[in-house]
Amino acid sequence: MRIGVVTFPGSLDDGDAARAARIAGAEAVRLWHGDPDLHGVDAVVLPGGFSYGDYLRCGAIARFAPVMESIIDAARGGLPVLGICNGFQVLCEAHLLPGALTRNQHLHFRNRDQWLKVEATNTAWTNGFTPGQEILIPVKNGEGCFVADTKTLDALEAEGRVIARYINGNPNGSQRDIAGITNEAGNVVGIMPHPEHAVEALTGPSLDGLGFFTSVLRSLATDGQLAGGQQ
Amino acid sequence: MTTQEKPSGFAATDVLVSGSDGPDTVEQAQKTSDELQPYAELGLKDDEYAKIREILGRRPTASELAMYSIMWSEHCSYKSSKVHLKQFSEKAPQNTRMLAGIGENAGVVQISEKLAVTFKVESHNHPSYVEPYQGAATGVGGIVRDILAMGARPIAVMDPLRFGAHDHPDTARVLPGVVAGIGGYGNCLGLPNIGGEIVFDPCYQGNPLVNALSIGVLPVERLQKKEATGTGNIVVLLGARTGRDGIGGVSVLASATFDEEAEQRRPSVQVGDPFMEKLLIESCLELYDAGLVSGIQDLGGAGLTCALTETAAAAGTGMRVWLERVPLREASMSPTEILASESQERMLLIVTPENLDAVLQVAEKWGVWATAIGEVTAASTDGTPGRLVITWNDHVVVDVPPGSLADDGPVYQRPIREPNDVMLLQADRAETLPRPSTGDALRETVLRMAASPNLCDKTWVTEQYDRYVLGNTILAQPEDSGVLRIDEETGLGVALSVDGNGRFARLDPYEGAKLALAEAYRNVAVTGAEPVAVTDCLNFGSPEDPHVMWQFAEACRALADGCLELGTPVTGGNVSFYNQTGAAAIHPTPVVGVLGVFDDVARRVPMGFPRPAKAGGDLLFLLGETRVELSGSEWAWVTHGHLGGRPPKVDLAAEQALGKVMAQASKSGLVSAAHDLSDGGLAQVLVESTLRHGVGAKVTFPEDGNSPFVHLFSESAGRALVAVPRGHDKAFLALAAEHGVPVTPLGVTSEEAALEVEGQFTIPLEELRTAWSSTLRDLFGGPAEQPPAPVTSGEVRSVTLELSPQAPGGPIEPPA
Repeated sequence: MRIGVVTFPGSLDDGDAARAARIAGAEAVRLWHGDPDLHGVDAVVLPGGFSYGDYLRCGAIARFAPVMESIIDAARGGLPVLGICNGFQVLCEAHLLPGALTRNQHLHFRNRDQWLKVEATNTAWTNGFTPGQEILIPVKNGEGCFVADTKTLDALEAEGRVIARYINGNPNGSQRDIAGITNEAGNVVGIMPHPEHAVEALTGPSLDGLGFFTSVLRSLATDGQLAGGQQ
Repeated sequence: MTTQEKPSGFAATDVLVSGSDGPDTVEQAQKTSDELQPYAELGLKDDEYAKIREILGRRPTASELAMYSIMWSEHCSYKSSKVHLKQFSEKAPQNTRMLAGIGENAGVVQISEKLAVTFKVESHNHPSYVEPYQGAATGVGGIVRDILAMGARPIAVMDPLRFGAHDHPDTARVLPGVVAGIGGYGNCLGLPNIGGEIVFDPCYQGNPLVNALSIGVLPVERLQKKEATGTGNIVVLLGARTGRDGIGGVSVLASATFDEEAEQRRPSVQVGDPFMEKLLIESCLELYDAGLVSGIQDLGGAGLTCALTETAAAAGTGMRVWLERVPLREASMSPTEILASESQERMLLIVTPENLDAVLQVAEKWGVWATAIGEVTAASTDGTPGRLVITWNDHVVVDVPPGSLADDGPVYQRPIREPNDVMLLQADRAETLPRPSTGDALRETVLRMAASPNLCDKTWVTEQYDRYVLGNTILAQPEDSGVLRIDEETGLGVALSVDGNGRFARLDPYEGAKLALAEAYRNVAVTGAEPVAVTDCLNFGSPEDPHVMWQFAEACRALADGCLELGTPVTGGNVSFYNQTGAAAIHPTPVVGVLGVFDDVARRVPMGFPRPAKAGGDLLFLLGETRVELSGSEWAWVTHGHLGGRPPKVDLAAEQALGKVMAQASKSGLVSAAHDLSDGGLAQVLVESTLRHGVGAKVTFPEDGNSPFVHLFSESAGRALVAVPRGHDKAFLALAAEHGVPVTPLGVTSEEAALEVEGQFTIPLEELRTAWSSTLRDLFGGPAEQPPAPVTSGEVRSVTLELSPQAPGGPIEPPA
């Protein structure tokens, strides 16, 4: 299994995402923002960082990178795509996911170990968790406050597309404590906290983040039986 | 002259001097050698100006004058400190790890056959007071480029910070800006912030200290040089375009004391763009790996002037530079401004002509400007070094021997005089102050100390820094040291700590500097690492004050002596003078960084008590000797506002013995936690080690003549508290005895969530946490908010572990 990790100018957690993919048992493939070729990867991670310096808006420029044109097409065709932090922002800017990530309500960058409750487990990236499972993953962002209009929020809830919520404290003011969401098909997931920082005993607060990467391997192993197929 | 608006500062010198249409040229300088020049305005003394005229055999041009004023400023030339700093080389201990040392951009220390690390601490004090966010941000950017220039990939930053009184209104302006600036720049660069200090003291009110440390890693063979060698090689300016920011930063800001006009100096502060620096890092590393760089130097203080003269002077070559080729943000910049600009995110490369295209291609890949602005010229056939000749649109504006700027600056043996008040100050001992004696009074004192600004929880600050990025952070603040994994295969890694204590140094600069060294050494040693090298940032008042110079001389002597005794060489660092407002200087504040090496970071010893594996808890032992040493202590300051007496005794041999015990204990897996004792004494260590994972402790003091108060609040050096799992105690005690380190049994860690001192008091951990963790948030935090409870138990959780140890009911966030 080959998981592609995109490097935009200003990507920072690309190495960490690649390491997490390797630890989960995948082959990590580096993808370059200027190269539209996805090199035959089976899934893609858009890593954390400050792509293009977060100029204009977080993710607003990255969304137009040549590699993103290919990823947007492939995602619509079912390619599993995980956007972490800045990657989540890129997915929203690319309209692969609804809503937007805005400045933290308290206006500070915040890095802490954060408890989450996993909700939707029928996605390509969360099928290894159990519904209601509580996991501990670092959060670190300045613009991680998830916002959407009420109709969108209600739809996300009704369709079971909230993949995780903050518990024991909301670190950034996100509406309805939303930490991550998925698209209708369940192959595209955006999450603000950083699963790739919780994959090793020595460096992370837990090993809970590995579940995202093993989930996608599992869904790929069941031959493309993504989201809808996980019944 | 293209400058349209009314010129000021450095730009003014271009027109004031010549009064003609073009810039002041060498030709004009020869013709009008008697013309008056504004050298005093630029910070040059009469005799310094005379020396410049002697070197050039004429008056300097406006550009040359600006260059000399910058390069001969205190900040660049170390003219007051040089005579003292040379002790670091003269008394340097034998060390086979050193690949580069003082005089380079940063010291380089070999940590394995193939790998080396480079680290250095620098100050950005003055800019951070004038403009806290950008001052602190560019402080991070500057030190990171120093690390990059050695051929290393920067892998972490640390920030020792000192502010004025915690409740002073201006602290509320400076601190949040500084913290946001450090976070804003470091986070965006993708460098974990792994430690530092936050200290409040009224002496820093008008002169906050913003020091920044960075560390990088490189394959030994990738070590870069700054020498501009090879006649005909091309001089390339890489990175951001040059603008009007930071002009005169080193001479105007860093080399003078503040007065009421500080606000007007804001244009002297540089403005940072971390995104550009990230691209600069990636492009430089790609250039190094492809072997395309013959020489490299970062542009920081003194900008192009410093980089051109230092690279040429180091090689003994000359250089021919076409200044109009420098990409500008503002087309109207004069040649002097271009030479003096401290615009950030720039590097100067020396490349061979055949590599130039490849270099430009790499720059293009990363979207970074790269411009050939000159070439290396030969030294004279008689061996005389070459000259630096700079033209601007065919006008020769500079023609100087580069070494005269870079190496031959003035050197001063400043007058030194021990202040009259030292004797009186030392006679006013804190040991005579009234102390709490009852259990209740001790309990109240422990809570009050835990909540005091210097000892309280610093999470409000450190949460604003990314500590996870790069995935190799093993320990970060609030641990004793930052610990980084360098090699993911072998676990090879490093530990780093930076420490200083201005109060101790005020009482006795010699002992105080040694105490800072001892504390940083101990912080590294208690994690189990082997301390190997030192960097320092020497923050002092005005060198023109003989009392300040005495403090400085004493501190340098102490660090050189101490490093010799410990066998840890000073590899580089920085001097920051003129930290004074009017006649009032800051406490002398030498800040010392110590680097340690781990063969395997998996054996690092953390500071928090883990959940005991066996019933009855882990055993607690105090290593080292507790004496009645309260002068200069946090207790004396917080409860009595007192500063007097003599600082604690330093015994570096004892520190080394303690380090050996901890290294061996770590290798043998004998200890489950260890915490260095320093500010706030044992009481503070108990607070931090229990609250880290919410594990309580039952402490029993021995009948050794010391009162419970002294046990709790003495700040004797050379001590650490260790937790030893049952079954390992005999081996641990034998190990300590072997190295002659005194051991005092102090009790056990406890299942009960409370800190109990037998016969004195009990404090539930929640009460302790509330006292300890609300201070900074209440002072600077904006909306009221509960802190998160600790989330790890010291053991890494698997996904199936239950939620522990949570505060009852868990923390509550306010409604959105």
